[in-house]
Amino acid sequence: MERPLTKNIHPGQEPLSLAEYEKAGGYRSLRKALAMPPQDIVALVKASNLRGRGGAGFPTGMKWGLVPQVGSVPQPRYFIVNADEMEPGAFKDRLLLEGDPNQIIEGIIVSAYAVQTEKAFIFLRREYFLAEKRLKKAIAEAYEKGYLGAGILGSGFNLDLRIHSSAGRYICGEETALINALEGKRAVPRAKPPFPLACGLWGRPTLVNNPETVANIPHIVNNGAEWFKALSACADGGTKIYGVSGRVNKPGAWELPMGTTIEELIEDHGGGMQKGYALRGIIPGGASTDFLLPKHLDVPMDFDSVAKAGSRMGTGTMTVLDDRTCPVGFVHNLEVFFSRESCGWCTPCREGLPWIEKILHAIENGRGESGDLSLLEQHCRLLGPGNTFCALAPGAVEPLQSALKYFREDFERHIREKKCTWK
Amino acid sequence: MLTEEEKREITAELAHCEHKSAASIEALKVIQKRRGWVSDASIRDIAFLLDMTPAELDAVATFFNFIYRKPVGRHVIAVCDSIVCWSLGYDQLRELLQKSLGIGLGETTQDDRFTLLPASCLGACDRAPAMLVDEDLHGPVTPEMIDGILEKYR
Ligand SMILES: Cc1cc2nc3c(=O)[nH]c(=O)nc-3n(C[C@H](O)[C@H](O)[C@H](O)COP(=O)(O)O)c2cc1C
Ligand code: SF4
Ligand code: FES
Repeated sequence: MERPLTKNIHPGQEPLSLAEYEKAGGYRSLRKALAMPPQDIVALVKASNLRGRGGAGFPTGMKWGLVPQVGSVPQPRYFIVNADEMEPGAFKDRLLLEGDPNQIIEGIIVSAYAVQTEKAFIFLRREYFLAEKRLKKAIAEAYEKGYLGAGILGSGFNLDLRIHSSAGRYICGEETALINALEGKRAVPRAKPPFPLACGLWGRPTLVNNPETVANIPHIVNNGAEWFKALSACADGGTKIYGVSGRVNKPGAWELPMGTTIEELIEDHGGGMQKGYALRGIIPGGASTDFLLPKHLDVPMDFDSVAKAGSRMGTGTMTVLDDRTCPVGFVHNLEVFFSRESCGWCTPCREGLPWIEKILHAIENGRGESGDLSLLEQHCRLLGPGNTFCALAPGAVEPLQSALKYFREDFERHIREKKCTWK
Repeated sequence: MLTEEEKREITAELAHCEHKSAASIEALKVIQKRRGWVSDASIRDIAFLLDMTPAELDAVATFFNFIYRKPVGRHVIAVCDSIVCWSLGYDQLRELLQKSLGIGLGETTQDDRFTLLPASCLGACDRAPAMLVDEDLHGPVTPEMIDGILEKYR
């Protein structure tokens, strides 16, 4: 089985230097791309069925096609790689950023060429110090070799690439909040429309992609759309970096065909549940995704299949809930995170999430009341899609609404017995 | 007052920015790295360099979890309290750290050696329970490891 994204990655070891990366086939795609008209690369990415790995699965080629033509909107235009990765449960971009920084940089250069932007940023979460160090080294080497800067490899294409290291706030992963952060403003989201593709950083066309999305680009350019589609076990192209965390024997992240089943991930790669623990639930793609149950083990982890099962693939890094952990406590922990990280810009989220957190805390501590569950359900509606300024709040209530459905008896028992029976 | 060196470091950042405000986080980090935290006076001085009002800069400084607007110890311990670490022993880890240091969350030891802070998911869920001490990631942290880890930071 081919693992294009991780073939150079050996966790625990230093990543390849630029020279070693070139020897392993690196920067071939850039040479090839620079000889192609940019719109042909966009067409190739469209044909590859690559879907964005940032969580929503938006088709990358289609998104690139929406970047205004340079003729109509000249430079500056911006390309941003969203390496904020602060969703609880997610650690897959870290693998790529630390493990093969040159691959990310080559991906950025080819992507920026395809959509004709001459300035790019990597927006990196504060805590990825090792990734920051390695990326900075790789960027410096790329400038030295003429892969970045003016007239790349003798072409007319220029690209400046900078890293912005953040200071810790989940909302910065939302792309318009990210843009405000890069402008040095308080990082609250912006009203949409206009969308960043038309009016983003400093009011200019701005494309935002996830690091894993970008890492796929050199391989698509080198090997073609058909090869890319063949890597996958479903209609979406490529491999996927999946992760499993929680009470499993071997938590980790692995590159596997898109559409690998949840069962294979937990059993074969995650080593199964730890001795004495059974699987009770799964949040498949980070904290902001609905629970799935053991009956969903045969669901393939691709965007459409997980959606059909009632959740979202999100980041593709799943966390398991075991049978000896209180589901109410589990959901309470998730809501503590969301309420802390709410940016406070719009009222339903700023007020609703702390309220949810308090109700769950009360239930968990034996002070729940009979109306609490319907109050929580009401909050799930009020914070659902369309009622808040950005997608943080709807994401925050996804695990809550599904927990109320799947683990209802646990909630009711807490209220009835006035205590948490897991403690 | 910012020192000449601090000003130089911030001005070097400005060279890469379309607008001065874009350097706000970087400038706050420059001062925090040298002084440990960002005081009201520093906010005013940095804002002046960046053509921002102090209120605009403070709105940024207070927004981010890891810009300190109060003094912290020489080493900052950020313990992850998010879902995977919580499932795999955060409560115990926090209690042991508190006992060992004699402080609660958000507090600093009397000798100014450590500040203990709760943190959102560190992106190290495969190494839960995890914590950062300054820029070093530790995980999975077992109870026996705690004293040895703390020993490394004087
Ligand atoms: C609260 C919130 C946090 C987000 N965090 C991230 C993140 O850390 N990384 C990321 O790539 N996308 C994140 N997203 C999604 C981005 O807004 C954006 O859709 C994504 O970066 C697009 O990349 P893609 O098209 O390559 O998937 C977040 C969205 C929301 C609402
Ligand atoms: S939904 Fe929450 S995070 Fe999003 S803008 Fe409103 S307050 Fe901010
Ligand atoms: S939940 Fe602790 S590092 Fe992710």
